[in-house]
Amino acid sequence: MAASEKSALYRQSARRRALAVVALLVLAALPPLLQALGQDFYVSFAARILIFALAATSLNFIVGFGGMVAFGHAAFFGAGAYAVAILAERGVVSAFVAWPAAAALAGLLSLAVGAVSLRTRGVYFIMITLAFAQMIYYLFVSLQAWGGDDGLPLMARSSFGPLDLGDDAAFYWVALACLAGALFLLDRVAHARFGRVLQAIRENESRMEALGYPVAAYKLACFVIGGTLAGLAGALIANHGLLASPNLLHWTQSGTLLVMVIVGGVGALYGGFAGALTLLLLEEILAGFTVHWHMALGLLLLVVVFRAPRGVAAWLHGLFSRRGAK
Amino acid sequence: MSGGLLDVAGVGRHFGGVHALSDVSLRVTEGEVHALIGPNGAGKTTLIHQISGAQTPDAGTIRFAGEDVTRLSMHTRVTRGIARSWQVTNVFARFSALDNVALAVQGRRRDWGGSFRFWVPADAERAIVDEAAAWLAEVGLAGREAAIAGSLAHGEQRQLELALALATKPRLLLLDEPMAGMGPEESERVVGLIEHLGRKVTLLLVEHDMDAVFRLADRVSVLVGGRLIFTGLPDEVRAHPEVKKAYLGEELV
Repeated sequence: MAASEKSALYRQSARRRALAVVALLVLAALPPLLQALGQDFYVSFAARILIFALAATSLNFIVGFGGMVAFGHAAFFGAGAYAVAILAERGVVSAFVAWPAAAALAGLLSLAVGAVSLRTRGVYFIMITLAFAQMIYYLFVSLQAWGGDDGLPLMARSSFGPLDLGDDAAFYWVALACLAGALFLLDRVAHARFGRVLQAIRENESRMEALGYPVAAYKLACFVIGGTLAGLAGALIANHGLLASPNLLHWTQSGTLLVMVIVGGVGALYGGFAGALTLLLLEEILAGFTVHWHMALGLLLLVVVFRAPRGVAAWLHGLFSRRGAK
Repeated sequence: MSGGLLDVAGVGRHFGGVHALSDVSLRVTEGEVHALIGPNGAGKTTLIHQISGAQTPDAGTIRFAGEDVTRLSMHTRVTRGIARSWQVTNVFARFSALDNVALAVQGRRRDWGGSFRFWVPADAERAIVDEAAAWLAEVGLAGREAAIAGSLAHGEQRQLELALALATKPRLLLLDEPMAGMGPEESERVVGLIEHLGRKVTLLLVEHDMDAVFRLADRVSVLVGGRLIFTGLPDEVRAHPEVKKAYLGEELV
């Protein structure tokens, strides 16, 4: 009886790896395909999906894998965007300097926010992460030197060696590489000692303390990994729209990312990706019909919560495995 | 007088106006099996909480191997060598038995930054997996490695819990009613297991089953109403009038 059940610990399979490689190749072939179809605009749109997928994935690592419902992820996303814009204003336009700097800044910020917030849990953790994010939002809005309400524009996309990121296809590929790299990294982390510890903490925190684990330190490390990757996503989004906007820091942005995680699948490796894809596609399609597309989004959320509570990623996975079983 | 492995001195703990523990002093010497008995609500589990670090006492000190650990966190005390089990089974219910123990083994590792190891798949770390399997065998769960902890029989879960505590390689093991909720057959197996463990590690055992206590314990302490009223050999405890009145008498009724 028990032997047929599987341990809740997250395991790799060769099949899943092969699927990931195929998906990556398909995604890489997208820009020439869209250009051949004369749909150049959608290359930029697809890049936007990839960037939000990265941001949502970084949040999913904290929420789904670390078990911490954080409601201030926009702070790290936005901080990454502003870091790139501010550096560009000072003449630092190399992606190889500015993007790591953006990620590092977001990482440091998440270290500070996490160190304080992780003293609380549950609803209090949600509120305190939200409070920190809003403090950072109002800080940037009030600083006229950095654009205030209007945000800080970029003159051009970051320089990236021989690659011209001004070309939407090139930028798309770089965003794809960032997302794929992050997913690969998080997959490795999930299966290593550290990931095993996080899964066990989510399952039974006090038991982990009693096995000698300083639980708080592991949760903080998880929070900082998520925050750092959000900073990288922020660097990309500033490049994408050539603007570091305070909207990126606003609490509704944190909410959008959280909705992406829930729709996509909390704790699923591809949950963030699935959520970003679903939400942004839906917005794109529905916005063409009506300005009240948020209504449809609300309905989608209801459907997901009741029909596929583990998210789109798990639902797709179920479809695949059923087909595989036949 | 040389110190014991564990020295509890004048420990008090109250919850609001209720004094759960008052001026409790207790010494556990290295190598002994020390039983802690007392009626329900006497403060036995509360005392275990103070020693394990789940709670911090309001008064008194707790010294372990000569070091004052009164203010140390639970996880730090575990690394010093104090492990515990719970009255209510406390394992990772959705993980396999092997994964449960592997976590305990991994928690002890200090190589590669301990558990801050981000790259190498933990499943591929043979040393951890093999040691975990060995601990399962030690508590009599060989062959149950792949079983999901939550689906194990109650007695098996208690055995798994012991494996978890043992895999931290403690010098002192705190067992809070390890036979709680077991049938006679399961109890007998666990008593045998504790007897076996008692030869390897110092035990502080909270137990209600008097037969088990008198069979296992080298010394017995009696806690009544948050006060330690007597510590002595099992035969002395059996004969002590106050103990009879306070505790054993209750059993006879």
